[in-house]
Amino acid sequence: MEGVEQAPVFSLRYVWEQERLLATVMIAPAVLYVVALIGFPFVLAIVYSLSDATTGDPALRLVGLRTFGLVLRDPVFLKALQNTFVFTLASQVLVLVLAKILALVLMEDFPGKRLVRFLILLPWTAPISLSAIGWLWIFDSVFSPIDWIARSLGLLGGPEALLGSEPNLYWLGRPFLAMASVILVQTWRILPLATVILLAGLTAIPRDILDAAQVDGAGFWRRLFQVIMPMLLPVMSIAFLFGFVFTFTDMTVVYVLTRGGPVNSTQVLASWAFFKGIEAGDLAQGAAVALFFFPALAGVTTLILLVARRAEVS
Amino acid sequence: MKDLRALRKKGAIYAAALFFICFGAFPFYWMLITAFKRDHDLFNPESNPFLFNEPSTLEHVRLLFGQTLFMKYVVNTFLVGGAVVLITLVIAIPAAYSLTRLAGRWGESLGVGIFLTYLVPPTLLFIPLSRVISFLKLGESLWSLILVYPTFTIPFCTWLLMGFFKSIPRDIEEQALIDGCTRIGAMVRVVLPLSTSGILTIVIFAFTLSMQEFIYALAFISVSAHKTVSIGVPTELVRGDVFRWGPLMAAALISSIPVAVVYSLFLDRFIAGFTMGATK
Repeated sequence: MEGVEQAPVFSLRYVWEQERLLATVMIAPAVLYVVALIGFPFVLAIVYSLSDATTGDPALRLVGLRTFGLVLRDPVFLKALQNTFVFTLASQVLVLVLAKILALVLMEDFPGKRLVRFLILLPWTAPISLSAIGWLWIFDSVFSPIDWIARSLGLLGGPEALLGSEPNLYWLGRPFLAMASVILVQTWRILPLATVILLAGLTAIPRDILDAAQVDGAGFWRRLFQVIMPMLLPVMSIAFLFGFVFTFTDMTVVYVLTRGGPVNSTQVLASWAFFKGIEAGDLAQGAAVALFFFPALAGVTTLILLVARRAEVS
Repeated sequence: MKDLRALRKKGAIYAAALFFICFGAFPFYWMLITAFKRDHDLFNPESNPFLFNEPSTLEHVRLLFGQTLFMKYVVNTFLVGGAVVLITLVIAIPAAYSLTRLAGRWGESLGVGIFLTYLVPPTLLFIPLSRVISFLKLGESLWSLILVYPTFTIPFCTWLLMGFFKSIPRDIEEQALIDGCTRIGAMVRVVLPLSTSGILTIVIFAFTLSMQEFIYALAFISVSAHKTVSIGVPTELVRGDVFRWGPLMAAALISSIPVAVVYSLFLDRFIAGFTMGATK
């Protein structure tokens, strides 16, 4: 009799033990993949940055912080570091402002909204390396349509013209305009992502709170700044943080439009790591440059987790 | 008075929408018109660049398909995308199931941990990974991309799937377990059929993310015949200073629009994954 009574307890335990085993077996491939191809390369990046390895001589000789010293004394690196911050902050501030307006527009109902949505999302949904090629042609030194409009309006090309007497602005050929161009394209690219994230936040605000505010006599701006904005803050920070990561560490727009030029005026950390580490084959310096992403990434990740946790609690 | 205000509001909304449409879609309009313009019309700085001043032509499209490796890039892209989708499904489905159903409390934390690896950028890893690739003798081969792309599809898709699995009531599988199904049996016969839309979503994402990827492909592959669309078009159709703008724009347009259409259909689910419950 006792044996019969014990059997279910035993088998339940057995199943539980098995479930733990099963859980481990099922999660193992994903964890192994991440450890082998993200964790291990990350450690390898640190090791390379402490060595003087090149593709010609990949043997690992640890030289301590010498490579970092070389990188930090390189004026191009310092320029790239500065450019990365300018590129990221300028584009992300623009993105947030524009995304806020665009999200409010898309909250309204109007005919053809699905098509409008598709068109507005295009910059994010189309592959960026291909759409950047489209921009390269828009910024063409001779056939730029922006220049054509400026010429037609008499702003460009005449002897007294506001934007200069030359027939073209040479968008990607002048340091300031080149930086403005890559910032514009990056803004264009990230705007839909931020907009859709903000839209998700806006639709989650209960309608009656807004109605109550309106009944209490709050106008559009007051509702926007005192009701909507505070409730939207967690979502806005998420949008900003993702946009920040995707811009701070990316090089696609810069690579396609300017290759970091003219004279490194649009060089960013990511493109500099690429040119150093992959094209010039200096593994050590390339890895060291790329590792400068790490503090920024760690900071942003912590912030994302904090925001998500606070949103969950409240 | 009230009508006037409503009208003004409508006007402002339409004006803003129009501005954003022009901003967002102009590069694609520019690709479209360039792809079908005659060279003579295209390279005339005097003529209005926004319109066809001469009859349109299919010459660029013919050139793209007939005289470039474009079709080869498309095939390569599909091979890589298909393989990445398979690897992602095989690894992410069990992982997500295990994290939501079996792992208990640490499942959620581990899930967040896996998701966050999605934030580790290719530009941080491409140098060491290029050494790993050459050590494995996969340099210049599509296999290098098939091996590396799951590093960003698995974290993201596992996270998305966890959301889907969580929304399926536990009772349904528990019933199946009582009826004598094994855990795996319950997962395959009960949970997976209920999450087809979730699985379809990760198929789409794994595919579009690998199709859009640029940096790893640029770092690992330099042989023309092994390039994918995202690097083949920007690097191969431009030869030195000679830009074949017609075919180039045709290629960019033909490859981006289908991806964009499919992606837009699933974007809301993608965003739900991103905001991690911060909108609730």
